[in-house]
Amino acid sequence: MNVCEIKHKLIGRGWGDVRMSFCLVCDDGTILLSGDKTHPEVMTESRVCLTREVKRPHYWHCLIRPGYLLLRVKVHLHSSFFCSKKNVGPSNALEDCHVCHLTTSHNITAINDACVCCAVLAVRIPHSTDQNVVSSSCVIDPKLRMRNTSKDRIDPSQLFDDTSAAPGVETAGFPGQGVGAMGYPGQTLLSDPMSNLAMAYGSSLASQGKDLVDKNLDRFLPISKLKYYFAVDTVYVGKKLGLLIFPYMHQNWEVSYQQDTPVAPRFDINAPDLYIPAMGFITYILVSGLALGTQNRFTPEILGMQASSALVWLIMEVLAVLLSLYLVTVNTDLTTIDLVAFSGYKYVGMIVGVVAGLLFGRTGYYLTLLWCCISIFIFMIRTLRLKLLSEAAAQGVLIHGARNQLRMYLTMSIAAAQPIFMYWLTYHLVG
Amino acid sequence: MAFTLYSLIQAVILCVNAVAVLHEERFLSKIGWGVDQSIGGFGDEPGIKVQLMNLVRSVRTVMRVPLIAVNSVCIVLLLLFG
Repeated sequence: MNVCEIKHKLIGRGWGDVRMSFCLVCDDGTILLSGDKTHPEVMTESRVCLTREVKRPHYWHCLIRPGYLLLRVKVHLHSSFFCSKKNVGPSNALEDCHVCHLTTSHNITAINDACVCCAVLAVRIPHSTDQNVVSSSCVIDPKLRMRNTSKDRIDPSQLFDDTSAAPGVETAGFPGQGVGAMGYPGQTLLSDPMSNLAMAYGSSLASQGKDLVDKNLDRFLPISKLKYYFAVDTVYVGKKLGLLIFPYMHQNWEVSYQQDTPVAPRFDINAPDLYIPAMGFITYILVSGLALGTQNRFTPEILGMQASSALVWLIMEVLAVLLSLYLVTVNTDLTTIDLVAFSGYKYVGMIVGVVAGLLFGRTGYYLTLLWCCISIFIFMIRTLRLKLLSEAAAQGVLIHGARNQLRMYLTMSIAAAQPIFMYWLTYHLVG
Repeated sequence: MAFTLYSLIQAVILCVNAVAVLHEERFLSKIGWGVDQSIGGFGDEPGIKVQLMNLVRSVRTVMRVPLIAVNSVCIVLLLLFG
């Protein structure tokens, strides 16, 4: 099907000139999109149609479901309805939020419901002031909705790739052979009813024990929550490392959500993960051992000492941040593990600095450390700004008031603590 | 700086002991950090001082009994192993 893509740009509050040649009509009668008659073959922008009732400034409200934003639609020009393809993957279009009209940018990773023929791709963006909105589902032919709904869909709620299908096919051949080979001596083993019973009892006991351990362990260590932080892939790690060293070009720092739960890190570069901090910590210990070895100061105990030192500083930093978050009464969705992740990101800069110091001497160390310090400072400020500050303040609007000032100071001090720690933990390694 | 996990545990125990020793009537009320002075102000901004006072009070309430056990263990270990 020949479709051309419209980059839907919300043109803010202006209505613009609307010449209707074809419209997308929702099933409750409201007209959602229209096309320009002068360029029938190419749609460059879409504009929202105005129904007669909707002559008021916030017309977006009436046409879109609460919290939904009209994002990307493709148009087939030779029929009178819109064809669209499911849009999978992040899209960084900068658009006005339809409720508060602040410009926010969205990563689209969730798909609401889309059919092949026509759909408006609407993504839920959590917004606190959803009100006065009429629903629109925008399906022209509901019967076509069920076709091809999951052809090329990557389910963002799935943390890890499902690789169970392929190996299962391969190993199907082996058990047959294994049983055949074992058949001869196995007959004497399995034919004995007592050992049969013992095996069954033993396996049931083992599974019971496993269930017990799982249940109790989940009470102390939130294993399922931890799994979320390790759901990364190579592309994410590469991009995140680049972001930690060079955060200046990145525009959209918001974490995307999928129905109120954060999306796994492999689908969203802004989500914190624990893989990089964990690997960075271990690499830092190894690199510090290497650095001490070049100065002939290496003993095996030093590795343990470095590890516990760095761990202790990490724990103290996380405790300090938790305490200050409690004192300033910030309502944030930052969990402890998030804080550990953010504190662990500085190990990347430290490693780069120490390696540069090994290769190029003290000047190389100081220069790279300075670069990495500034980068991690900017990174932390831009990430924490969206989490700690109130929404309006995060946009850069200056809001006076003691509380917002406190929050600002808190963000700045957390970000400023990172370079200090980076220097403190590495200066003794470069001779 | 050579920190071990054990020194962190020691530091934490000492700090919690310090907080647990602050007596409500004899000391905190005298300097204006008592319980009766923190109630009030039902706005959404408790303020740092009120939060601190709440923190002190909750640490004292919660950690009173476990601290007895932890301190005894610590004393025994230090006597035996130095």
